[in-house]
Amino acid sequence: MAHATANAEAGRSDEIMVDLQRVNKWYGDFHVLKDVSLTVRRGERIVVCGPSGSGKSTLIRCINRLEEHQQGRILVENIELTNDVKNIEMIRREVGMVFQSFNLFPHLTVLENCTLAPLWVRKMPQREAAAVAMKFLERVRIPEQAEKYPGQLSGGQQQRVAIARSLCMMPQVMLFDEPTSALDPEMIKEVLDVMVELAHEGMTMICVTHEMGFAKSVADNVVFMDQGEIVEMAPPAEFFTNPRSDRTKAFLSQILAH
Amino acid sequence: MEETLTRETQTPARARPRGSRDPIGWARANLFNGWFNSLLTILILALLVWIVPPFIRWAISDAVFGAATPDECKAASGACWAVVTEKYRLILFGRYPFEEQWRPLFGIVALVGMALLSCDRRFWGWQLLVIWALGLGIFFVLMGGGVLGLSPVRTNLWGGLPLTLMLAFIGIAAAFPIAILLALGRRSKLPIISALSVGYIELIRGVPLITLLFMGSFMLPLFMPTGVDIDAILRAQVAIIMFAAAYLAEVIRGGLQALPKGQHEAAAALGLGYWQTQGLIILPQALKITIPPIVNTFIGLFKDTSLVAIVSLTDLVLATRQALGDPEWRQFFIEAYLFIMVIYWVFCFFMSKYSQHLERSLATDRRS
Repeated sequence: MAHATANAEAGRSDEIMVDLQRVNKWYGDFHVLKDVSLTVRRGERIVVCGPSGSGKSTLIRCINRLEEHQQGRILVENIELTNDVKNIEMIRREVGMVFQSFNLFPHLTVLENCTLAPLWVRKMPQREAAAVAMKFLERVRIPEQAEKYPGQLSGGQQQRVAIARSLCMMPQVMLFDEPTSALDPEMIKEVLDVMVELAHEGMTMICVTHEMGFAKSVADNVVFMDQGEIVEMAPPAEFFTNPRSDRTKAFLSQILAH
Repeated sequence: MEETLTRETQTPARARPRGSRDPIGWARANLFNGWFNSLLTILILALLVWIVPPFIRWAISDAVFGAATPDECKAASGACWAVVTEKYRLILFGRYPFEEQWRPLFGIVALVGMALLSCDRRFWGWQLLVIWALGLGIFFVLMGGGVLGLSPVRTNLWGGLPLTLMLAFIGIAAAFPIAILLALGRRSKLPIISALSVGYIELIRGVPLITLLFMGSFMLPLFMPTGVDIDAILRAQVAIIMFAAAYLAEVIRGGLQALPKGQHEAAAALGLGYWQTQGLIILPQALKITIPPIVNTFIGLFKDTSLVAIVSLTDLVLATRQALGDPEWRQFFIEAYLFIMVIYWVFCFFMSKYSQHLERSLATDRRS
């Protein structure tokens, strides 16, 4: 993006990156997503929060088809997600994802974790893939760990590798599924710092997280979900100081109580 | 009363205390700690004293080595290793023409060399195909002849160790990829593929290998058009491969199932397709954790090749039995069977050791 500044408006454009239109999903008979509509523009940062079981993880996992929705439309860069495998793989190339449990490949070194998808999916030459990987490992501040295996790293380091691994595919959108929930407290900051930098560089991001400090400092919009539906969506200043719905108020009073 | 504690300086790390290494201390800690362990130690020592010296006396001190007549053996009170000296060529090569037995000997060398080279991870790629094409090519040319001025030898004369090794090595090499496909097939979301895999595995695994060998030998020819004759060794080889593949498939499926769902999801999220995900992410991990049961199956297969004797193929065991058909030497069967036991044991022990080495060299979860 041209202007990578802290200004929330700076990286934004009107181009729609992710569009969810009245998405519904059921697990068996359980209705997990109810008429969820959400539009994310290029460069926009969305934080999704809500109580556990509210469907927020399911929502972002539908965007790259780790979960299948049964009704409604999901478009990523104007490509609609259908059952077509080619379509799904095309969209997954453009959508990066970071998981709560890192999900690094334990049998590959940090560098190999990062070069695998560029080599096999993007068909990038080995040398170029390694150069790209080192660039992003430097960005997440662990280039010196490139030859180690994931099992030899701390949780915070592993999650930063996972972020670098995603970035190596040059995604247009990054999805974060509770990226700091499995970390020891002293490691949360190193991961959030990387995410904040990424936001400032203009990356389009959808983050499911309970880190309200992160939401306040980088989000353009905060989405509150409960019982499978979007209850409220507002810029953080408004969301935290002047929530409209009672459910949002109750949730905020719980997580901000200490 | 409340207490507080503050430490101003950091405690330096100290060396770990060394335990006492003297033999008496070791024995007391490991052999005689408590009355029960002491009793066990004494019982086992007594057992060893009871068994080992008589065995050594029989096998070595009182034994007859080298070339000797059966009468000399009968006069001695120990083992008659002369039976091995006398019959080893029949045992190792079966009824293969005597003058040509250098050929199965080099055939064994080719197969063993091929197997040893396959153990080196640097060759795990296209090189493996070259090694196997060469190894098997040399083996079949030597054994079968008919080219390069070698006189042709029909397969019904093949026997002994080369036959056993051939059935085992080709069985392992062919069953392995089939088993991987069956294991993946059984977990497939496509109903036809998964049903076919389940059907195959449950059908083949549910019957004894002997029945498969029988069916191949006696039933298959009934269905074949007249004039078409499939070689008996080939039929047995196919039965062994089919049987081992079904067993191995379930072992590998166990490994596939042990992997967390997150591995599939991470691969999918990066845009990897099905075969890329399986080949690059899932199988390398699943096969690594299943090395012990996979090698278990291989060792079982190696020894199961002796069942081909039931369809009159002269493997190492049947060749030994035929060698003992000589009434002069028949009574020294224990020595002959001990000899082939050692041969089987050497191969199986090597497989076991190699699998342990492989596990260690593939371990990536240790902190270094």
